[in-house]
Amino acid sequence: MWDFVKLAVLGVVAVLAAYAANQARDLAYLVHALIFMAAAGIAFLYTLRNFGEERVVETGYMDKVIRYGVIATVFWGLVGFFMGVYIASQLAFPWLNFEWAQGYLNFGRLRPLHTSAVIFAFGGSALIATSFYVVQRTSAARLWGGNLAWFVFWGYQLFIVLAATGYVLGATQSKEYAEPEWYTDLWLTIVWVAYLAVFMGTLYNRKEKHIYVANWFYLSFIVTIAMLHIVNNLAIPVSIFGSKSVQLFSGVQDAMTQWWYGHNAVGFFLTAGFLGMMYYFVPKQAERPVYSYKLSIIHFWALIFLYIWAGPHHLHYTALPDWASTLGMVFSIMLWMPSWGGMINGLMTLSGAWDKLRTDPIIRMMVVSVAFYGMSTFEGPMMSIRAVNSLSHYTDWTIGHVHSGALGWNGMITFGALYFLVPKLWKRERLYSLTLVNWHFWLATIGIVLYASSMWVSGIMEGLMWREVDAQGFLVNSFADTVAAKFPMNVARATGGLLYLAGACIMAYNLWMTVKRSPAAAEAPAAAPAE
Amino acid sequence: MDQYSLLREFADSWFLLFMFTFFLGVVVWVFRPGASRYQNEAAEIPFRHEEKPACDDATAAFANDVKEARQ
Repeated sequence: MWDFVKLAVLGVVAVLAAYAANQARDLAYLVHALIFMAAAGIAFLYTLRNFGEERVVETGYMDKVIRYGVIATVFWGLVGFFMGVYIASQLAFPWLNFEWAQGYLNFGRLRPLHTSAVIFAFGGSALIATSFYVVQRTSAARLWGGNLAWFVFWGYQLFIVLAATGYVLGATQSKEYAEPEWYTDLWLTIVWVAYLAVFMGTLYNRKEKHIYVANWFYLSFIVTIAMLHIVNNLAIPVSIFGSKSVQLFSGVQDAMTQWWYGHNAVGFFLTAGFLGMMYYFVPKQAERPVYSYKLSIIHFWALIFLYIWAGPHHLHYTALPDWASTLGMVFSIMLWMPSWGGMINGLMTLSGAWDKLRTDPIIRMMVVSVAFYGMSTFEGPMMSIRAVNSLSHYTDWTIGHVHSGALGWNGMITFGALYFLVPKLWKRERLYSLTLVNWHFWLATIGIVLYASSMWVSGIMEGLMWREVDAQGFLVNSFADTVAAKFPMNVARATGGLLYLAGACIMAYNLWMTVKRSPAAAEAPAAAPAE
Repeated sequence: MDQYSLLREFADSWFLLFMFTFFLGVVVWVFRPGASRYQNEAAEIPFRHEEKPACDDATAAFANDVKEARQ
């Protein structure tokens, strides 16, 4: 019966998508309607082919969807890092904005592709995969909702494809990190509600009395992203057959909503979610419990209570009232405390096992990641101070700050988690090569250092050049002067990115070979036939 | 009073107080006497059930343990 319902729904969706494609008013909408149609069609055929198959009641952990998630994470990581290297090269060598690809592959179109590919595709896939892994292990329960987890995985991948193609084809609502247009937003809302249901359902079925702290962080990430996504994307489509929409808010209210969203995307997507990873994978890899469980609870609540107010620091010296931007600044500075509390908690988990840093490159990766968490959460509040911001805002310093957080903290903790997960998920005894992990570690670390330091130099130089005035009060430098002066730093940052990408390629090879070549670990049967 | 000023005043006073006391309450709760035992127990969660979910018997046994530990 359920199969009939699924077939009917998928069939209707495919037909409606075909109709929408026929009526499409712009290219992006046409392509997206065709993608929707293809996705519904493939799902239809898949359901049809497995129609009426006897279901085996699985009792073990649901790991196949996590394996797919790991593959997607590595794939999107490579795509996103490559896009980053490419657009960094475009900034240094403008001829890379090819004439024949104007309007499709120039910097303006590829930049959101890069940011979304690394944050939402790489980071998002990593968060979904690890949260499914962690919530099952720490709840001692199988994922709730049967195939709903598969819907979350494929639905999210579909969202990524829609977002990425949309940027290249020009469907954007021009909100940073929230560029996808209205129907893509609606689709993500559906997927996200399913994600929340799977996660909450598993927590509800848990066999452990206590909800482990990593799950608190994951849950806050899921719930807050839902809220941010819905409020920031309130828009009215111009036509149901077109990709253009009009924002509900306007002016400074729109700006404030956008940066309330934007900063909490950092706070809850890139921080809370990844802290969930930290609180599980660091103790696992160090083979000792988290340093202080008390501190982890206080870390959680302090982070939740403070982060949500920090957004206005993106809008210093704008039409936003002073009291609001002061509020954002003060809360950003207060964030020092929970951030550093969390960093200390992660680092001190190794107390008594510091020798592992010498022998285990994976724990080294995680420690560097937590250290970068500390560094970028020190830098961020400092830059949110109005006086510092007047120098740093709109310069490369901001870009450097974001990347020391994203490459250092998010990237490194994800790499650590991937190195931990792949042998476990594919039931291998160990990784293919620790030497290659070492190579990855050093390439990535040197890459980040090159990137961050060149952006500091470039950003501060830019800020100083912009504000320089002569004795008569005229500006000394034109904007193009600063662009010319940045050339060496732009080359250095592209080189740093290239090293980071090279490290990720080594990781992909190492993980591939782990699955193919590493000796299998002893296995226990996970499935039992239905009674 | 218009809606904005009303909400603004409420946010500045009672709701701020509520959130602040809630947070302080969490801190006090975390440091309550006898909490360490449960927290140490919880910190060990990642090192259990690595391979497969807990079976129901084990849950019952665990629930019993917790009950006994409380008494």
